[in-house]
Amino acid sequence: MQQASTAQPLAPPKRRSGAQLVWIGRGFLIILAALITIVLVRNFVENPRLFIQIVLSGLQLGFVYALIALGYTMVYGIVRLINFAHGDVFMVGSMVSFFAVSRFSMHLWLKNAMPDLPDWLSTVAGAVLVIVLSMAVCAVLAIVIERVAYKPLRNSPRIAALITAIGVSFFLEYFGALYFVFSPRFIPYERPFEVTTWYIKDGIHLLESGQAPPEGAIIFSSIFVIIVATSLLMQALLQFLVRRTRMGKAMRASAVDKPTARLMGVNVDRVISFTFALGAAFAGLAGVLYAIAYPSVSTLMGITPGLKAFVAAVLGGIGSIPGALVGALIMGQAEALTMAYISTPMRDAVAFTILIVVLLVRPTGIFGEPEREKA
Amino acid sequence: MQPNLGFLLGSIVKIVLVLAWVYGLLQVMGSASKWVRIAGIVAAFGIVQLAISIKIGNQPILNNFDTGLLFQGATMAMVALGLNLIYGFNGQFSLGQYGFYGLGAYAAAYATYKWTNEKTASALLVLLLFVILAGAVIIGLRRFLKRFTALPVLSAFTLYLIGVIIAGAVAVVAGNALASVVNPLFGTKEAPGILASNAALQAAFVVAVICAGAFAAVVSFLFGLPVLTLGSDYFGIATLGFTIVVNTLLVNSDTILPFPEMKGGRGMIGIPKVTTWFWAFLFLLIVIIVMRNMIYSSTGRATMSVREDETAAKAMGIDIAGNKLLAFVVGSLFAGLAGGVYAHYIGFLSPDTFGFLPGFNPLIIIVFGGLGSMTGTIAASFGWLFFLEGLLRVLLGQMGTEAPTWRFVLYPIALLLLMLLRPQGLLGKIEWGFLRAPVVKPRATTATAAK
Repeated sequence: MQQASTAQPLAPPKRRSGAQLVWIGRGFLIILAALITIVLVRNFVENPRLFIQIVLSGLQLGFVYALIALGYTMVYGIVRLINFAHGDVFMVGSMVSFFAVSRFSMHLWLKNAMPDLPDWLSTVAGAVLVIVLSMAVCAVLAIVIERVAYKPLRNSPRIAALITAIGVSFFLEYFGALYFVFSPRFIPYERPFEVTTWYIKDGIHLLESGQAPPEGAIIFSSIFVIIVATSLLMQALLQFLVRRTRMGKAMRASAVDKPTARLMGVNVDRVISFTFALGAAFAGLAGVLYAIAYPSVSTLMGITPGLKAFVAAVLGGIGSIPGALVGALIMGQAEALTMAYISTPMRDAVAFTILIVVLLVRPTGIFGEPEREKA
Repeated sequence: MQPNLGFLLGSIVKIVLVLAWVYGLLQVMGSASKWVRIAGIVAAFGIVQLAISIKIGNQPILNNFDTGLLFQGATMAMVALGLNLIYGFNGQFSLGQYGFYGLGAYAAAYATYKWTNEKTASALLVLLLFVILAGAVIIGLRRFLKRFTALPVLSAFTLYLIGVIIAGAVAVVAGNALASVVNPLFGTKEAPGILASNAALQAAFVVAVICAGAFAAVVSFLFGLPVLTLGSDYFGIATLGFTIVVNTLLVNSDTILPFPEMKGGRGMIGIPKVTTWFWAFLFLLIVIIVMRNMIYSSTGRATMSVREDETAAKAMGIDIAGNKLLAFVVGSLFAGLAGGVYAHYIGFLSPDTFGFLPGFNPLIIIVFGGLGSMTGTIAASFGWLFFLEGLLRVLLGQMGTEAPTWRFVLYPIALLLLMLLRPQGLLGKIEWGFLRAPVVKPRATTATAAK
């Protein structure tokens, strides 16, 4: 008794766990979510047609981001490198298609060679030719970048590879900005095929060029359909590749443990090169589609979509392929809705705020697996 | 078209001289004798000051261009030292340094802009009161929250956020009330009051710069508290997002934020150019001394142990979260100070200066100089500016019209080569003079005394 009374003044203040105070943080998040919901619902009720139109444009952006995000998520999953140059590979993809279409009229080659083909077939074949060329060039470029800039640094600290990634990114941007290569300006992009637009009001109708859409109609274009279809197709293709083929198995093995994969007879270097090439091909495809949808190209055009796609990959859980799609769709919606209802310049800020909030609630992203303790 | 050989040689001489100056400064600062130290620092200050002010013929020894590079080198050294503390010494990969740099620059510039152009102390007082109140709130809350052992970080963040917002509201009200009392001291145009004098402006500048640093520190505390719990790469991305958010806000400071004087993306003009070489040198010196003393204290050893192995550090009883936060806040404080100094040197602020691409500069500098090397950081800051901004820009500018583009083509190639050939940085872990780990003299114990 006496001992207790003497010890009293020296005892540290009573320490409580504080875990019961978790409601403060949760309440903060709930208030934030409620505010966003109120803004969205109010706008939806006010003008549902406009809202759906904005969601559609967000989907279009989101599916492009999904294609780019695949490259980020695969590369990060295997070599743990934030490949800053990936956005510029995307830029190269649109540049290649720009030159193929404007300089060499590549989309018309087939038509000129075989004039008796049906019109739609030669258009499709021409566009596919341009897209395949862009994808191939991007894949080769990515392999070269990987061999020159990243491979020698694989055993160095990770920051070294990150810095070279930034260096490669700068190099691609500013080398392209030289006048004898491209130019630092925005240049209008000539599409390999004409984009047709439809509107939905009492059924689907074709919107003639120059015709104003009727009141209360929802508009969508062929490129929107193409982007959504291609992006979903590529997701499925990649899923198949990763889950069902030998190369996919090797990729998954390298992602988990490179030395062990090597012991099991996996050629890890080849797997890594393949991963880079595959991601770059997707980025090249995204570049062409993006340039067709928003017809203007410049050497700095890759920065923002690249960053957004990376954020999308992190948001969905890096290393996860469905996560990349989900994250990209969220990014696209966030961007479109922010532009419409909050303010256009705040779109990047909102994107990153969403990222930070999601990471705080789920530190490895939506689909991410919890990080294992390294042995 | 002919490359200017004389200029090339002159630039190389300049770079060597600047590096020699840094070396000399650090050597005399490390001297054992107090008087040598004081004399050496004064001499290091004086040499540059003389070179700026003495004119040979009509031309000062250091022309305006070189002086500008020198000032920018000093601010860049502060920014990069802060980042080196966060990344090099504490291992938290951060890309947000330029965000804090920009925040500090704009905060300080806004305060002195109001002071000189509108003759009101309101902005400065609001900033000062906010920094003091928010600091008090944070420290008080931190002491209060220490009694909880497992408080969820988001809850703590919410409490801090509410506290700081209240502090901000109080600061705005009280600052404006106080300003209406102080403002008559500015006097009228015919009869300038005591606050309109140059000495008062200098004092306001110093207060503004310190407040800008503290402001960046408060923001970094709020931001870092939740975000530092993320893993290293995720933290990097979140800080990159911070830079972009700050940049977006600065671009729209006249529309989204209520600061029409900042003029958004057009850039803020009319900032008084108060930064003299004395102030730049003084703040750089303070940052170097604080940084060095922090690194070689027990706090610094704890900081480095967190970098090496978090689990082991935790087992040694180090408060990991608190330590990361401390390094982050101090690093951002340096960036904020540097921002204040920079703004008052250049007199014009544009959000592009603090964008996402230039935000990589301090990272590249600390990797160039060597991660975890203070000397390398300082030397690389000066050397980098004199090389890239000074030599390459002028030399390429004389060779063609595409100079800025070629500069950014050659620079990543140099970066690549450096990374491939010497990934540990140019100086590695070498420290000069003052920044070397102090040798602790063994006390005369009984054993040595017996001998």
